Amino acid sequence: MRIFGLNRRIIRVLLGCQYAHMLEYRAEIALWALSGVLPFIMLSVWSGSDARSGLGLDGVALDRYFLSAFLVRQFSVVWVVYDFEDDALSGRLSPYLLQPLHPLWRYVAAHLGEQLTRLPFAALIAAVFFAVQPQAFWLPSLGGFLLAWLAIWMAFAIAFLFQSLIAALCFWSEKASALERLQFIPFLFLSGLLAPLTAFPPAVRAWAQWTPFPYLIDFPARVLAGQPVDLLAGFGAQLAWIALLLPLVLLLWRAGVRYYSAMGA
Amino acid sequence: MGRYWRTLRRFWGTALASQLEYQANVLIELLAVAMSLSGSLFLLSLFYGPDQTLGGWSWAQALMVQGLYTVFDGMATTWLRPNLGAIVTHVREGTLDFVLLKPIDSQFWLSLRTLSPAGLPEIGLGLGLLAWGSHQAGVVLSLSALFTLLVMLLAGGLILYSLWFLIAATSIWFVKTWNATEVLRALLASGRYPLNAYPPALRLLFTLVLPVAFLTTVPAQVLLGEAAAPILLAGLALAVLFFAAARAFWLFALRFYTSASS
Repeated sequence: MRIFGLNRRIIRVLLGCQYAHMLEYRAEIALWALSGVLPFIMLSVWSGSDARSGLGLDGVALDRYFLSAFLVRQFSVVWVVYDFEDDALSGRLSPYLLQPLHPLWRYVAAHLGEQLTRLPFAALIAAVFFAVQPQAFWLPSLGGFLLAWLAIWMAFAIAFLFQSLIAALCFWSEKASALERLQFIPFLFLSGLLAPLTAFPPAVRAWAQWTPFPYLIDFPARVLAGQPVDLLAGFGAQLAWIALLLPLVLLLWRAGVRYYSAMGA
Repeated sequence: MGRYWRTLRRFWGTALASQLEYQANVLIELLAVAMSLSGSLFLLSLFYGPDQTLGGWSWAQALMVQGLYTVFDGMATTWLRPNLGAIVTHVREGTLDFVLLKPIDSQFWLSLRTLSPAGLPEIGLGLGLLAWGSHQAGVVLSLSALFTLLVMLLAGGLILYSLWFLIAATSIWFVKTWNATEVLRALLASGRYPLNAYPPALRLLFTLVLPVAFLTTVPAQVLLGEAAAPILLAGLALAVLFFAAARAFWLFALRFYTSASS
């Protein structure tokens, strides 16, 4: 069966070759993993602050929340817009468009390959964290782990689709990465990467829940940390965002490709 | 000396002239700065309930720290990122050869070649926030405090530059190190909050190993009249030390530079 030019053999080759490609840049990926330390810095500020009581998280739960936020971020980082912009501006995109495979799959495979390469470094950082804070150690139950895995994967899907939507604008303008920068700012503050959503004033929290951002970090992190969450509402919202973004991305891509070929001809 | 000064004026004149052509970018930058600053203030407000403090710092005092952080972040955008970020490209594409052949010091050329006006609004907003926070915190400005502040800001700038340059210079060996500067940026974000907000072990780290403290907390303390002489001297000593290290490391690294093709 083919979905946008994808079948099992292509999946295997694509993933294998992207994984091998990523393994070449292990040092670079280790540095990227390390550059995700922001949740740990925020954790140290939060745990020393008087405002902590307002979070509804005691010491250990706070540690677990921020470690989970770090891990979720590690496995839902998306950079398709930068690669795509590079490919589009340097003309590498044109041969991709001629292939019977939707070009987006190539980027999906690259991201998955990178996540696999990142896994040992993320595990190492988590191990160091537990060595410093042994009382925070926990292992999620198998069910909890699978749910968290699903939530992280859906978060990745939302982030990927959202960024692909911005990337598709590259067909019309070279400013797509500037747009990406603009959406990154609300992501940073509303996703739960810097503060759990429970710390927000109720009005802001209610408003934030209508944006896709809390489902990118806060919701999966809570599931992973084993905190009480409304699973149905969380997964429902994640599904709704995917269902909204997927057709938009496909439509915009199709229109973009048509425009792009018109420009080259 | 005169030659360096004339070169610098020429560099920056052309850089500004070419960058100001892109006016849409200026608008996007302004929007990004405004969004980012309001997000930071929102985040900071989460730490403050009614009459609470963060590590013993009042809201107004924390605003001063936030303002100083914004100034340094703007400085990084204006000066460090466009210049030091280009070192990686020079190494990868072999154009560092041309820089080394020029009859001018290579570190000077690489560090001051261009300016990006994109960070200027951020510097302005940061200074505004610093002034507003100081006013709210009841700071009475004396001439000597202002002078000390200026010296400490220069020291902080020198520390930031030296750290960034040290890491950028490692690209002679590793070629792709701009990710290392991403790590540095992530760690520098700790300067948004007063040093006392961190646990003691991190406080030590942020004072001596990665001296973020001298960028934001110490200058704020100078304005508040709380900075003791030893810490100021330590800041100056670290600035000189880091700069000397960056310089020595660059000369050392150049011995290993073998151009892109060889």
